[in-house]
Amino acid sequence: MKILVPVKRVPDWQLKLKLLPDGSGIQTEGIKWILNTFDEIAVEEAIRLKEKGGVSEIVLVSIGPDDVRARLEYALAMGADSAILIKHDGPADSDLASRAIAEVFKKGDYAMVLLGKQAIDSDASQTAQLVAARLNLPQACFASKVVVDGGAVTVTREVDGGLETIKVPLPCVISTDLRLNEPRYAALPNLMKAKKKPFEVITLESLGVSSDVKVKVRKLSTPSARKAGRKVASVQELVDVLQNEAKVL
Amino acid sequence: MGNILLFIQHVDGKVLKGTLSALAAARELKVPWQAEQIVGVALGSGAQVAAKEMLGYGLTSVRYSENGLFEKYRAEPYARAIALAAKELSATSVVALASSSGKDALPRVAVLLEAAQASDVIGVNPDGSLRRPMYAGNIIAEVELLAPTRVVTVRSTAFSPATLEVGGSECSELGLAGDPELHEQPRFGEIVGYEMSKADRPELSDAAVVVSGGRALGSAENFEKVVYPLADSLGAAIGASRAAVDSGYAPNDWQVGQTGKVVAPNLYISVGISGAIQHLAGMKDSKVIVAINKDPDAPIFEVADYGLVADLFTVAPELTEKLRGLRS
Ligand SMILES: Cc1cc2nc3c(=O)[nH]c(=O)nc-3n(C[C@H](O)[C@H](O)[C@H](O)COP(=O)(O)OP(=O)(O)OC[C@H]3O[C@@H](n4cnc5c(N)ncnc54)[C@H](O)[C@@H]3O)c2cc1C
Repeated sequence: MKILVPVKRVPDWQLKLKLLPDGSGIQTEGIKWILNTFDEIAVEEAIRLKEKGGVSEIVLVSIGPDDVRARLEYALAMGADSAILIKHDGPADSDLASRAIAEVFKKGDYAMVLLGKQAIDSDASQTAQLVAARLNLPQACFASKVVVDGGAVTVTREVDGGLETIKVPLPCVISTDLRLNEPRYAALPNLMKAKKKPFEVITLESLGVSSDVKVKVRKLSTPSARKAGRKVASVQELVDVLQNEAKVL
Repeated sequence: MGNILLFIQHVDGKVLKGTLSALAAARELKVPWQAEQIVGVALGSGAQVAAKEMLGYGLTSVRYSENGLFEKYRAEPYARAIALAAKELSATSVVALASSSGKDALPRVAVLLEAAQASDVIGVNPDGSLRRPMYAGNIIAEVELLAPTRVVTVRSTAFSPATLEVGGSECSELGLAGDPELHEQPRFGEIVGYEMSKADRPELSDAAVVVSGGRALGSAENFEKVVYPLADSLGAAIGASRAAVDSGYAPNDWQVGQTGKVVAPNLYISVGISGAIQHLAGMKDSKVIVAINKDPDAPIFEVADYGLVADLFTVAPELTEKLRGLRS
């Protein structure tokens, strides 16, 4: 069975983001990009499923400009088999991504779409569900455990109040939560070898997907920072201020 | 321009407080989106009671279904039923609480209605554009939904729950005949089981007081010995950092932060948490923040109203004792 793993590159979360002066976006010049944390977990899970047997091929797909190639090569070095870059320089939203991913899915013989539950830049948490709905497939989102058993997958989901386990037939769409696994690092020699793995560059047009977006980001701003308060010297002082000053007790 | 449909989330007929926050957002959207009415749909056991209750909150017309298809939450049938209700009630937009099921099902509704979706909305602008956090709350985006149909999930901490308001009286069962695919549910698999945390404390998402523990607790036993009694002395819900959850000190659904729950209680007490940006994303809108940490330079102190630089193993039990004393 073949697994499709859509991935997104995002700014490194350890860096301080700077906005463009007009608020139209973030400054991207010279910043460090990483694979979206949750997508990296999806890549890792696909590789583990392949290592257990039953998975024949892991195909990556990403939408973005040329230099997304480097992130795809990193995921190839982790152990994915081939990559498709849908070259696109303009704005993209979850809806556009889902339409493109759905078309790629239809062209291959995939049994599963495995991707992160959210991208840590837009934090929208929509793409997996949108892909599933477009393909009219079952979804298992926010997965913290995935067990493939014949034609079905048992997925433990992180939900409000605890965990829920569902069993869905293949093909299906699974989105990964943080605790699913700890992704491996791609070793340096593998990074060299990854450059030789199959890498296809296509366009939205070739998929018959329009580049329209449904969500327009007008302006970005930084939230007003919370002011630091003060230190108290003892537990007694803390209780006093909570009682008499903050009046929350 | 069509109505706004509220997805009424409830547990066995008891409407979630977050649903009322979602309604508050819907009320704000009504004028800029030129909506005529706010209508609603409730699904699952107790749906009729929940739907009726919402007529008291200004909804003009509500639908419910307690069909077996909806007994347990599943994304596929829920999304289909919500889309069906939207069509029946002439709604061109759908608003829901960004709970785990809201996040799970609403994008599917968006596809069924060919709608544009904004997730985790925290504000409505007078012109109908929306504000939502990105980059772990480091950035607020102002977004415009470009499609004529729209789906919005709402962050409950950003909207005070809607209050009672005179509504309509039309409450009837949702007809399911309009969507034959609804009945193909076996195609979407089944629930195997649940593992829910014991609910002997207030619900984390809307508790008035939250006490959270971090990696510094060092073990599940210590977490239980130090954090539980402190929380109970305040009647608080318990939260945790990701490090504490990953280390197995606390269950997954206690995680507060970018990828966990977002809380905004009156009082948030963090114990042995450093204050990483991803954690702050989940609690920095709390009214009063108290931090206990032995490192005076821990970033948590940058957002804390009151900081206590001390060893938690000494001061947390002392605080618990003093608070118990206050109560009795
Ligand atoms: C994509 C992504 C998403 C994430 N999402 C989340 C999220 O949703 N929520 C979240 O919390 N984190 C999240 N994280 C993790 C986050 O970056 C931090 O690693 C995590 O919050 C750290 O937890 P902590 O503060 O408990 O541990 P640490 O950072 O290890 O802090 C422990 C603190 O305890 C103090 N301490 C130690 N001993 C004592 C003592 N005896 N008395 C008093 N103080 C003491 C130390 O001074 C230190 O400040 C995410 C990370 C990533 C990359």
